[in-house]
Amino acid sequence: MQNHAAMTNPPPLLAIETLEQSFGGVMALAGISFQTSANRIQAIIGPNGAGKTTLFNVLCGFYQPAAGSLRFNGQELRGLPPHRIAALGIARTFQNLQLFFNMTVLENVMVGCHLRAKTGLLAAALRLSSVRHEEQQLREWASEALELCGLSGQSERLAGALPYGLMKRVEMARALAAKPQLLLLDEPAAGLNDTETMALRDLIMRIRASGVTVLLVEHHMPLVMSVSDRLLVLDYGSVLAEGTPAEIQADPRVIAAYLGGAVQYAV
Amino acid sequence: MRLTGFFIFAASVVLLPVLFPDNYFVTVVGIAAGLHVILAVGLNLLMGYAGQISLGHAAFFGMGAYASAILTTRFSWPSLLAMLAGLWVAGTIAWLLARPILRLRGHYLAMATLGFGIIIHVILVQAAHWTGGPDGLGEIPPLNLLGWTVDGDQQWYGVIAAAMLLSIWLSLNIVDSRIGRALRAVRGSEFAAQMMGIDATRAKTQIFVVSALFAACAGSLFAHQQAFVSPDSFSLMISVELVTMVVLGGMASTFGAACGAIALTLLHEGLVVFEDYEMLIHGALLMAVMIFLPQGLFAGVSQGVRRGWALIASRQRHKG
Ligand SMILES: Nc1ncnc2c1ncn2[C@@H]1O[C@H](COP(=O)(O)OP(=O)(O)O)[C@@H](O)[C@H]1O
Ligand SMILES: [Mg+2]
Repeated sequence: MQNHAAMTNPPPLLAIETLEQSFGGVMALAGISFQTSANRIQAIIGPNGAGKTTLFNVLCGFYQPAAGSLRFNGQELRGLPPHRIAALGIARTFQNLQLFFNMTVLENVMVGCHLRAKTGLLAAALRLSSVRHEEQQLREWASEALELCGLSGQSERLAGALPYGLMKRVEMARALAAKPQLLLLDEPAAGLNDTETMALRDLIMRIRASGVTVLLVEHHMPLVMSVSDRLLVLDYGSVLAEGTPAEIQADPRVIAAYLGGAVQYAV
Repeated sequence: MRLTGFFIFAASVVLLPVLFPDNYFVTVVGIAAGLHVILAVGLNLLMGYAGQISLGHAAFFGMGAYASAILTTRFSWPSLLAMLAGLWVAGTIAWLLARPILRLRGHYLAMATLGFGIIIHVILVQAAHWTGGPDGLGEIPPLNLLGWTVDGDQQWYGVIAAAMLLSIWLSLNIVDSRIGRALRAVRGSEFAAQMMGIDATRAKTQIFVVSALFAACAGSLFAHQQAFVSPDSFSLMISVELVTMVVLGGMASTFGAACGAIALTLLHEGLVVFEDYEMLIHGALLMAVMIFLPQGLFAGVSQGVRRGWALIASRQRHKG
């Protein structure tokens, strides 16, 4: 019986249940539940302070939640340190840039490939021939990710010397270089102009087309509405609504709390 | 070429004694400088790349030296085996210390490593039955490498130069590899590094052990070359000197650390007459570098030259 049910209704890629996280007196996440199935673009929207970034941080193992569960491919993430969670196939970008400013663009993205390589300390120190081959391979993988993000000419520049828009793209390339199953994007369009935002839209579509599931936290409504399959609306750490872009735009509670009565967007 | 700098450096190390044979300055100072380079390059992996400070590195230097001294004099071990034992002891202690110590940050890390250095120094002084106490241990037999007994300044210069070049080569390889990038990433943003799958604690532990091994190796060579060890060579002052070398070198490159070590060794040699003020000069130097050349002597000087050049060029444009 159970087997049959599991076959007709595959487990969701990500299932979050009654997740709670507080900072002192502030309930940043007050019991959130939602699910995402594979190969979707799932947007998470909500006013500043709603708990979107906190949700990402808990998901990545940066905070240990007070209660609730997070299942990825059926495996509980709660209690795992960030590097173990990354190893399960989750990568992310950061709202406040977390680039390795002391390294070149190429090196940043090669760090993204860390889990796809094996070289250990001793082999690295002796520079065995296997290491040289692997370095070459990493460089190729990194170049692919750089090209996908339109950064081909920038690989030898120091990450700290790039303009803001390019830094954000390096973060994206670094996350993609990990070949994740689930990609978390925290406000990728913030600070970008219209052209850059359109390029970002195309990139997100291409990422999904390559089989990656995307969780997108974003305030840019035209981008969110045009790119997402489903939206989750958070407010004060709780789920206000969940649905397709059309459903969300028609939801009076969402309009009152966040979108504002007058604003409408083309889907 | 990736190793161009290395080959130029290696060539000058080989050429020096050929150009100036039997020169006291080249051999004797060269030997001291070489040992300092090994120590500084190892410490730089920890400080410059992993961003972790150690104010107790002389302790690992001392462990290597005393392991060789005690095992060869009191137990008649072959020197190479004693050296390996010293590496094992220093590596194991570094590994055991790493977890509790590297969890600390900034000042706390500095204090903890400082405390560790002081404890080891006290043990070297107090455990007189084994270490000879403040008087030290003498009559350490010469280094024997698979049948070849190293003898005289010239041969010692060769051995230490080889060990030094090996340490630089290993360091360059580590830095420019998956492991080195992981370390630099941890320094750049520990959170992001972890999200790339890097186990930050493990990376720091590994490099702490590596830098301890570099120091212990230098210690063994030092013990045999001097044929005598005493706790003075492994005091807090020496740990501070090592940190000064790395800071002088700019904490960002293997060659920077090597040059910092050489510069400080030469400075010492030049300041022998001012021995009483050594600590003072050190402190002043460290402060001056931190204030005026935060990127280190070499990056700082080359930047200064470039700025000066640009200034001259622009003046000439104005004239023309
Ligand atoms: N590390 C922290 N310490 C204290 N409060 C925090 C911390 N992180 C987030 N918060 C609080 O949690 C709430 C949610 O923040 P956040 O998740 O950053 O919101 P969003 O990303 O939706 O704008 C806010 O009230 C914020 O002040
Ligand atoms: Mg946020």
